[in-house]
Amino acid sequence: MAKVSTNVQPMDSTDFRTCPVTGLKVHLPAQRLIIANAVTAVVALLIGGIFAILIAFTRVPAVKLLPPETFYRLLTAHGTDMLVFWIVFFEVAGLYFGGAVLLNARLVKPGLGWLAWVLMLAGAILTNIIMLAGKADVMFTAYPPLQAHPLFYFGVILFAVGALLAIGLFMATVIVAKSERRFTGSVPLVTYGLIVAAIIGIFTLLAGAVAFVPTFLWSVGLLPRMDPGIYRIVFWAFGHPAQQVNLAAMVAVWYALATLTVGAKPVNEKVSRFAFLLYVLFINLGSMHHLLVDPALGTATRMFNTSYFMYLAVVGSLIHAYSIPAAVEVAQRKKGITGLFGWLTRAPWGEPGFAALVISMVIFGFIGGTTGVIQGNDQINLIAHNTLRIPGHFHATVVGGTTLAFMGLTYYLLPLMTQKQLVGRGWARVQPYIFGSGIAILALGMLWSGIQGVPRRTADISASGLAGVDTTLVLVGVGGTIAFAGLVIYILIAVSTLLFGKRQKC
Amino acid sequence: MSSIASPERIWWNPLSRVEKFWVVLAIIVGLAMFSSMFIWMAIGKQNIPTETYQVTKDQFSHASQRMVQQYRVRDDAGVPVVSPPAGSDVYLVARAWQWSPILQLKEGETYRLHLSSMDFQHGFSLQPGNLNLMVLPDYDYVATITPDKAGEYTVICNEYCGLGHQAMVGKIIVTE
Repeated sequence: MAKVSTNVQPMDSTDFRTCPVTGLKVHLPAQRLIIANAVTAVVALLIGGIFAILIAFTRVPAVKLLPPETFYRLLTAHGTDMLVFWIVFFEVAGLYFGGAVLLNARLVKPGLGWLAWVLMLAGAILTNIIMLAGKADVMFTAYPPLQAHPLFYFGVILFAVGALLAIGLFMATVIVAKSERRFTGSVPLVTYGLIVAAIIGIFTLLAGAVAFVPTFLWSVGLLPRMDPGIYRIVFWAFGHPAQQVNLAAMVAVWYALATLTVGAKPVNEKVSRFAFLLYVLFINLGSMHHLLVDPALGTATRMFNTSYFMYLAVVGSLIHAYSIPAAVEVAQRKKGITGLFGWLTRAPWGEPGFAALVISMVIFGFIGGTTGVIQGNDQINLIAHNTLRIPGHFHATVVGGTTLAFMGLTYYLLPLMTQKQLVGRGWARVQPYIFGSGIAILALGMLWSGIQGVPRRTADISASGLAGVDTTLVLVGVGGTIAFAGLVIYILIAVSTLLFGKRQKC
Repeated sequence: MSSIASPERIWWNPLSRVEKFWVVLAIIVGLAMFSSMFIWMAIGKQNIPTETYQVTKDQFSHASQRMVQQYRVRDDAGVPVVSPPAGSDVYLVARAWQWSPILQLKEGETYRLHLSSMDFQHGFSLQPGNLNLMVLPDYDYVATITPDKAGEYTVICNEYCGLGHQAMVGKIIVTE
């Protein structure tokens, strides 16, 4: 049979719709999967958020809301629901969006996408049931010899298998889109960033398998013992890179928000893509930050890893910290805005995506990134390890940074995917400010308390003799309350739009 | 060209002067931070210990018991207080949810502090002063310490170790 060469494969018109606003060709099976994953993410966020406010008020000495047992149970569930289920479900939605919709392409094998979703959902539900039944009071990290019910590890493994499948599907979608010539030239920068996140994600999930499969076998009695030191190394090859997935995905979302809100274009694709490449090569070395005061690790190992090989991954972040504001400034000046800071004063501060972008960048960069690099220093880690400085750092990165950026993206993704008008646009305008200020206060309260020695993951510090920390711990309650209000507003907007939003062509 | 659309085929454009300046600045900041790690290690007074041995729980608990038998000075609420000689090896046992014994050390003298756990992972956190080390079962982590200020210090556990974790509080006494 003679091979007919066509440049562009014929689109199956029944499977696609064209958005009149953006001109994007939306693959309908991809759209359904994006909505399913995003909705599941928001449900996990709500559950994790309710636990968050309860544990925050347990840390306030004057309140001590929960008894220790409940505190540890909900802290385990909070960490797992937020760091794993909320973020990864949302990222899978983001991957399908960046892989199919942004490339005007079809999502290959949507059936496998649904299988991935079912596996992840089953894992998330199973894990939550076991945690809330009190069979896994072991924290997110589950350090052996503390042992949880075997189904806890099994649930995590199910979820990871589903997530790995979703990443594979995204990669296949990009490759097929390229071979079917759905786009010309290179992939868009946002998709490029998501590919970086996916590459780090594959490494993360494989390390997760090496951590959790033996632990599962040990919990059912098939392995006699787990080495606590080796487990820590392998677990953090999963635990910290999982946050680097969030980092790469968040930066990709930043670029998307800059384009969606002020029409910013990357000033120089070469610089931005090179910065993403530095993440692939060096960011995972930072996992060693968790092991700095562990026995059995030599100085050279610590220096090489915790400095991300001479801070080259930090250089990547510093480049984004320049190139995104620069792109915004250039776009603003092209509109005829003049003056040294006119591009900022006349920026669309009432546009939820722009507010989310700026606040996310400020909290991530100035609170999260700086404390991460500082606390990753050898000597400082000696006075910071396992104090509240650690959660102070990662609430600024993962919540103030990633979560807020994802919230900002939702205000554009949701109308595009559901073809419904955003409900409560006025609330969406203020939501990033409320959520962001709450998280900033929370993170600063944690950092400040940690500097005074307050331990993390401790229900009650009255026996520890730490004095003068009541005021700083109150900030955790105050910030937590404000952030919780912001979270509730976000969820109400998302749910009402999905259920009651007016149909619109989008 | 935008972040969400495919760029033109050739985006390999040279860097502008401002971009070059920023990238070079970022690399210099990275190198400065990297070299500061070595500088701090050379001039800092407090470095992370690297001496570690494999140990069984029995070996470690026996070593600690021998020390208690030899140097016990009194009891404090059922926990022995030991005053080992300067320069000696001292053994602090972590178990859920207790640190034992209570160490009584002399200001300005140097000791080899051995840390290990009888059950779960624990976190040695000395307060005030805020010095934190991981304590793992089967690992004997040795920190060479010289107390520089007399007083009573609290050892709190800052690695979650089960439902009684918040009650795991011990003591180190430094005398003049």
